[in-house]
Amino acid sequence: MNIIDWLRQPWPWYVAGPLIGLMVPLLLVLGNKSFGISSSLRHICAACIPANIPFFKYDWKKEIWNLFFVTGVFIGGVLAASLLSNPGAILIHPKLAEELAGYGITNREGLVPKDLFNWDTLLSVKGIILMVFGGFLVGFGTRYAGGCTSGHAIMGLSTLQWPSLIATISFMAGGFIVANLILPLILKL
Amino acid sequence: MNIKETAKEKKHHDFLLQNTDFEVRSLDDVSINKSELKHPLWYNLKYAVTGILFGIILVKAEVISWFRIQEMFRFQSFHMYGVIGSAVAIGMLSVWLIKKFKIKTIYNEPIEFVSKKPNKGNIYGGLLFGFGWAITGACPGPLFAQIGTGATVIIVTLLSAIAGTWTYGYFREKLPH
Repeated sequence: MNIIDWLRQPWPWYVAGPLIGLMVPLLLVLGNKSFGISSSLRHICAACIPANIPFFKYDWKKEIWNLFFVTGVFIGGVLAASLLSNPGAILIHPKLAEELAGYGITNREGLVPKDLFNWDTLLSVKGIILMVFGGFLVGFGTRYAGGCTSGHAIMGLSTLQWPSLIATISFMAGGFIVANLILPLILKL
Repeated sequence: MNIKETAKEKKHHDFLLQNTDFEVRSLDDVSINKSELKHPLWYNLKYAVTGILFGIILVKAEVISWFRIQEMFRFQSFHMYGVIGSAVAIGMLSVWLIKKFKIKTIYNEPIEFVSKKPNKGNIYGGLLFGFGWAITGACPGPLFAQIGTGATVIIVTLLSAIAGTWTYGYFREKLPH
C-alpha cells in the first residue's frame, strides 16, 4: 500500500484527535493566536454588515488571521475531497443505519447526507429546518456561548477555563436532546 | 528571569487586559489575536496553511460527517469522544509545557493565558448551539470544510449561521448573561 492509499482511509480517532490538539500550541507559537473558529462569523459580520451595532464595532482587521484560518479550512476540505477521498460509503452503526433508512436516508456517500442536504430539498419545510434554522442556531448559539467546539471544548478546556467546561457540557446536553427527541420528528416530515 | 523579561511579560499582561475592541478580549477569550505585533498581511498566510491542515484532518477523521455526529449523540460510537478527548489531552499537555518552560512565540513574544469568568450565556448559548449541532451535524469549522468537500448547499447553512451571529449581536444587550 503506498502512502496516498494509506492516507485515503478514514483516520482513526487516536491519529486525528492528537493532531487536532496540536493546533493549540501551533497557533500559539506561530503568533499568540487562540485556536477557535466561531469568531470568524463575528468578524464577517463586523466586516460586512456592522449596522452600527456595538458588538460589531471593533477593528476586525486585527483579527484577520482568523479569516485566513477558515479560508484554509475550506481549502483543506477541497484538497481532502479531491486528493484523499475515501471511495465508497461511510460505515455507520447498524442501528443508526436502520433508523435512518426508516426516514428514507440511505445514501451514505460523502460526509453530508445527500438525501437531506441538497438544493432541491432546501425549499421544503424539512430542508428549511435542517439547513436554514439549524445554521441560525449554530451561529447564534456559538456567539452567545462565547465559542464553539474548537474555541471552548478544545482551546478552553486545554487552558482549564470554567466557562468552557460549562459551555461544552451545554453543547452536549443540547445535542443529546435534539438528536434523540426532536430530530426524529423533523426527519419524519 | 532578568528584569527586562519580567517587564516584557508585565507589558503583555496589561495589553491582554485592555478593553479596546468592545469586549472582544474580555468576553471572548477564544480565537482571538493576542499578539501586540503588527505585520504585513501576507504574514497571515501561515494561518491559512494551518487551516488547510485542520481542514484535511476534519475531513479525514470524518468528524464533519452528519452521520458521525448522530452516532455520537446516540452513544453508538466512541469515535467522536476519542477525537475530542485526545485533542483536549494533547492541548492540555501542550499548554502545560508552554507555561512550564515559558515557551515564546516565533517572534519572541511571551504566551500568557487569561482566566475568564462563566456567564449564563455559556449555558443558554451552549444549549442552542447543541440543538443546531445535532440538526446540521456541523459546528462552524466543519461548515467551511463541508463546503470545501463539494456540499455547496451548505453555503446556505453558513450564511444562516452568519445571520445568527448578527442577530445575537443585535439583541445582545437584552439577553441574559
